[in-house]
Amino acid sequence: MSDDTLLAVNGLVKHFPLYGGVLGRQTGAVRAVDDVSFVVRRGRSLGLVGESGSGKTTVGRTVLGLHQKDAGEVRFAGHDLHALDKAALRRLRPQLQLVFQDPLGSLNPRLRVGDAIGEALLAHGLCPREALRERVLAVMASCGLGEEHYSRYPHEFSGGQRQRVGIARALALQPALIVADEPVSALDVSIQAQIINLFADLKQQGVSFLFISHDLAVVEHLCEDVAVMYLGQIVEQGSREQVFGQPRHPYTRALLSAIPVADPDARRERVVLQGEPPSPANPPAGCRFHTRCPQATAQCASVVPVVHRVAAGHQVRCHLQA
Amino acid sequence: MNQPLIEFDRLSVQFATEQGVARAVQEVSFAIHAGESVAVVGESGCGKSVTALSLMGLLPPAPACRLGGEVRLGAANLLALPPAAWRPLRGRDIAMVFQEPMSALNPVLSVGEQLMEPLLTHRQLSLAAAWQQAIALLQQVGIARPEAIAASYPHQLSGGMLQRVMLAIAISCQPRLLIADEPTTALDVTIQAQILDLLRRLQQASGMALLLITHDLGIVAEMADRVVVMYAGRVVETGSVRDIFRHPQHPYTQGLLASRPVPGRRLDRLAAIPGQVPSPLALPDHCAFAERCPHARPACLRRQPELQATSHTQQAACLLLNAEEAA
Repeated sequence: MSDDTLLAVNGLVKHFPLYGGVLGRQTGAVRAVDDVSFVVRRGRSLGLVGESGSGKTTVGRTVLGLHQKDAGEVRFAGHDLHALDKAALRRLRPQLQLVFQDPLGSLNPRLRVGDAIGEALLAHGLCPREALRERVLAVMASCGLGEEHYSRYPHEFSGGQRQRVGIARALALQPALIVADEPVSALDVSIQAQIINLFADLKQQGVSFLFISHDLAVVEHLCEDVAVMYLGQIVEQGSREQVFGQPRHPYTRALLSAIPVADPDARRERVVLQGEPPSPANPPAGCRFHTRCPQATAQCASVVPVVHRVAAGHQVRCHLQA
Repeated sequence: MNQPLIEFDRLSVQFATEQGVARAVQEVSFAIHAGESVAVVGESGCGKSVTALSLMGLLPPAPACRLGGEVRLGAANLLALPPAAWRPLRGRDIAMVFQEPMSALNPVLSVGEQLMEPLLTHRQLSLAAAWQQAIALLQQVGIARPEAIAASYPHQLSGGMLQRVMLAIAISCQPRLLIADEPTTALDVTIQAQILDLLRRLQQASGMALLLITHDLGIVAEMADRVVVMYAGRVVETGSVRDIFRHPQHPYTQGLLASRPVPGRRLDRLAAIPGQVPSPLALPDHCAFAERCPHARPACLRRQPELQATSHTQQAACLLLNAEEAA
């Protein structure tokens, strides 16, 4: 493992059991995350993209320890996160923060936002009470919030400002990694751009992101590295230039070609996928994408594809790459 | 130009709320011609959905909601119609699909029953003929097993499938205008591509006009012939799709286009529009965009700009278009 590795996820598996029948026995499992491996390097950001049900949110939550993993390993700054005891995990927590999609749902409605931002600093003993206000105001300023916002309640803010509060709260602890789960999806276009620029500023200051999103244009804008998920597995990953410039997996190609481009003269070959993603409770045998793949062969329906390395850092889970 | 199919003439919509009067739509004028695709684009609260709802008679009655101006379908002013007069229009002349198909469909009726309803009401088909027609419609919207789907209930179907069903219902009586309010916003991008494809094919086959309400400029560029840009309840710019994307005249349109990352064209920073949309409860009497506008002059804080032609296909509402006034 090289020195610049901040987060290394190896063979991560997370299944959610399904119960049924009169006895309430386990009848199956939603295979939300199945053998997922990736690395987030210091000072870089990884975009995890995929459609609903692909498991990208579950990956983020399992990485943070909000879900227990079923198998695999999550190493953060060299520590095996799921093997740490409570006290050690608590010491590491400030380093690893989360920004949610819906900032209103993640803020305590009865807490003034200044107190909400400062709460974690006090809890972790990272700042003496006398210096707290100063410190919180500095963080708020770096997120574009003024002193007048300190004593307001979450409901007094617009969606974009609330997301700034959510980011300030994560940022107050000076984390090395922020897991951001669809942080701009609930915002209007003009406000999205403001928040995306704020993320770009934070990256300049050395914060790494695991950026979970269905919006490929935003991921391409913000992330140096990209991983594409389909039905619980990463089907392709590599640098931004590799995945967006030379996509190799048929799903990545279809996904990229499906984004509407804001240019009335753009003429593109569009790969319109047939059908809909199967349920992760009952994924297809062989390659999970073969039911919708325009290039599927007989082999794809029966044999599970392995990960092929097609270039340095560029990996594809597809038989066609063999 | 020939007679438009629909004409909005200074439409205004105000809602009485506990906090005061919300001016949701103000003096909106534009026309939709037969067979044409018009996209209304804007951010949440700009009045784009309320404009569409006025076409379907779905706004609440006075005194909760006050309407001004006219919306004309042929010679009739839709805003003056009594509730009973709407029934033969809805579904037959104008049909609508919504963002959330799950909440627009009736959960206790099968898909087939809901498809047959407009056929029985508007086209007076027999039960057997309506069933046949319902199956044919499901085939037309690309559903592979139409009999099985017709017998199923909304909760048994996925979002993409439900939106296909909604489209089948909407086109069942061959409307002259289809309103689609954020039809793909709730869907994944690969399913969105399927639905937009379908929408285009249905429109080509039937020649109906399309009023597309969306916040997604990519969808506008792909689907629309003409574009209406709304901000804070007013039309700030309108023009052909090429006018809007190639030579946007209004600073808000320019800002909107610059604030989205473009795939394959990487920038260090996005040109974000500072500030936020004003509340419809407290709209200024001057240009509502002035506070966020990078080019604003003192004149912009004094009066409301009117839409004016900048070419024979394009109009914008900005005082800066008149050089002497901006000086």
